[in-house]
Amino acid sequence: VFNELELLARSGSSGVTRRTFMQQSVLLAATAVGLPATAAAEVEEALKRGLKPSVIWLHFSECTGCTESLLRTSTPGLDEVLLDLISLDYHETLLVAAGHQAEAARYDAMRRHKGSYVLVVEGAIPTKDGGIYCQVGGHTAMEMLEECAADAGAIIAIGSCASWGGIPSAGINPTESVGVPALVKDKPVVTLPGCPPNPYNFLGTVLQFATFGTLPELDARGRPKFAYGRTIHEDCPRRPHFDAGRFAEAYGDQSHRDGHCLYKLGCKGPQTYANCSLQSFCEVPGAWPIGIGHPCFGCTEPGIGFTVAMHDTLPIDLMTPPTTYAPIHAQHGKVSPSATGLAGVAAGAAVGAALVASRKLGENGTGEETGKE
Amino acid sequence: MSEHSAPVQGPVLTRTFRVLLALAGIAGLLLLWRFLFGLGSVTALNDGYPWGLWIAWDVVVGTALATGGYGMALLVYVANKGRYHPLVRSALVTSALGYTLAGVSVFIDLGRWWNVYKVPLAPWHWNVESVLLEVALCIMLYMMVLWVELGPAFLEKWKASGSQLGREFAEYFSPRLSRALPFIIALGILLPTMHQSSLGSLLIIAGQKVHPLWQTPLLPLLFLISCIPMGYGAVIMESQLATRVFGRRSENDLLRDLRGLMSLLLLAYVAIRLGDLAVRGQLGHLGLDGFTALFALEIGFFLAAAYFLKFRTLHAPVLFRTALLVLLGGALYRFSAFLFAFNPGPGWSYFPAVPELMITIGIISGEIALYLLIVKKLPILAALPKTRVQLPAGTPVFKSAEGGVEPVAPASGRPSV
Repeated sequence: VFNELELLARSGSSGVTRRTFMQQSVLLAATAVGLPATAAAEVEEALKRGLKPSVIWLHFSECTGCTESLLRTSTPGLDEVLLDLISLDYHETLLVAAGHQAEAARYDAMRRHKGSYVLVVEGAIPTKDGGIYCQVGGHTAMEMLEECAADAGAIIAIGSCASWGGIPSAGINPTESVGVPALVKDKPVVTLPGCPPNPYNFLGTVLQFATFGTLPELDARGRPKFAYGRTIHEDCPRRPHFDAGRFAEAYGDQSHRDGHCLYKLGCKGPQTYANCSLQSFCEVPGAWPIGIGHPCFGCTEPGIGFTVAMHDTLPIDLMTPPTTYAPIHAQHGKVSPSATGLAGVAAGAAVGAALVASRKLGENGTGEETGKE
Repeated sequence: MSEHSAPVQGPVLTRTFRVLLALAGIAGLLLLWRFLFGLGSVTALNDGYPWGLWIAWDVVVGTALATGGYGMALLVYVANKGRYHPLVRSALVTSALGYTLAGVSVFIDLGRWWNVYKVPLAPWHWNVESVLLEVALCIMLYMMVLWVELGPAFLEKWKASGSQLGREFAEYFSPRLSRALPFIIALGILLPTMHQSSLGSLLIIAGQKVHPLWQTPLLPLLFLISCIPMGYGAVIMESQLATRVFGRRSENDLLRDLRGLMSLLLLAYVAIRLGDLAVRGQLGHLGLDGFTALFALEIGFFLAAAYFLKFRTLHAPVLFRTALLVLLGGALYRFSAFLFAFNPGPGWSYFPAVPELMITIGIISGEIALYLLIVKKLPILAALPKTRVQLPAGTPVFKSAEGGVEPVAPASGRPSV
């Protein structure tokens, strides 16, 4: 995951020093995740002091989509995250070690960073029959979570599964899967639901903890307010269409092609709290359901995502009527009255002159001796 | 050709000339503004309509009107109809002026005009897939070809001049130019054929932005076969106006002989236009809307012109108005395709701004002023009494001021331009 800036830095010939590069990276990262720009300097200072938080990342019942999306960030890129920003001591997908070595690394990190490491949980935890439906190295997910959470400085549940159960808990929930907050009651758990969540929401939370040792302000469900403070509906790029009553009624109809509101196709935006429309996924504008013409399916909301049928509509929670209705298309180009007048006069004069001239051609009757008067 | 043509003479700085110069001067000032502050400061162009009046009128219609030289060269040199020779030089002058000012207009319209030298001088920068490159190269080359084709007129002028240097120069180059002229003329026929059709190709690239009644793979053919009658129409109007204004011998009989070819091309154009729509199943786009009205108006102009061209004895005013119909039809077709039927997407609109219009008006004025200057100073218009065309019996005898080989200044009382 190299970006241009980094290539410049690595090349060593561009005049970009590693220091300026780090400053740029950190500034980008800080602003990308909603920290104030002034925080960048402090983040950098913290990094220079070598305060890289130890991170232990547990995989339970999930699809690794959260990790996959984290692997695709570019400001900062994955290598910056792993080499400069955090010390990733245990992560089953990215771990070099295997088997007993891997487990030993986890215990080592837990011992050395007791009380200060960041525990990241990806995936739901099955609880039925003593949690036997998800085991790593002979330990159930429940045991591992209990063990790691006990001495963790901060706990982050990434993705909908770890936050409230997600897909494994959908429908009849055969394994009785639950999210981290259902099991860890004695500590605050930051939940970052989403399927997958935006990796920058995760990086913002981790950076803040690494720099200031604090956690962002959370809502009642443990979600950082900087990312989950407003509904999709409030900041939706298609919102003007909703306000003006322009709805896609079926996939591929003219309204759908014209990019109108997807509410009637079952968009869960009005009750889903997330910043998808404001923070592009991995810097790809429009790379989210509504951006590509699909209704929001409410992945961050327990009781909506994977629960309410895809095309069922939800009532509008927050009524914020607009003061004006935006036009479907912005108007470009203006017609000045004096220009139309001038064009009319010029064209009229030209045609008039031509007709007068043609009449004069025939003044002498025959129309032949035009040179004669 | 020296024995065929002669300068009109007469005073240059007439009142009309001064008015034309004033209009051109206003345009010059606005152009200064344009080059200092950019296109946005004088035009209403926008991202939806990056081509406006200057391209549609000055370039696309302008060069079509200036194909008189091309059409005449086709007639005289390809079809070997030598009797049209008296019309060639004046047609070449209008062509040379028309193309030169079209070139100037393109230059003015270029956002990054400082790169334009790459077209003639830096072939390694060329995008050889570009239609626009072909248009640019052809127009630049053809502009030069036209002035070289006019070379004999300049050489004759210098030969007759008192200057020793001018005479020697003319005597040295005249025979060489005469030898080279057949190749130059061949080039002068090839180049307009290429780029007049390419002007149509430009719109094929625009795809669905052009209304289906105008968008067709045959756009290049339609542009090509409609430009030739437009060129003849311009020759007819120019000749008749020059005859009238300078008090010269009428060329109407010769002009009337263009009838057959013109109406043939006009009818061929209409047939291809409608046939193409029918074959491709696009006639359903005809309906009760503005586009259909525009379409009908274009076809109507051409059909009306073709109807009048049927008559052997067209009176001079009718001939003039018929030529006007051809020009209106052709110009409307080009305006429709480039602007009226061109829809870059919802929300975009364009109407030229006042300075933009004034620059176009100034360019036209400058063109007319240059024409007047050239025909007065150079041997362009036919010295008719000597090269008199065989008139049908019964044609009223011409009784104009020009009695001798050299036309004299317009008689008193005649409008002096």
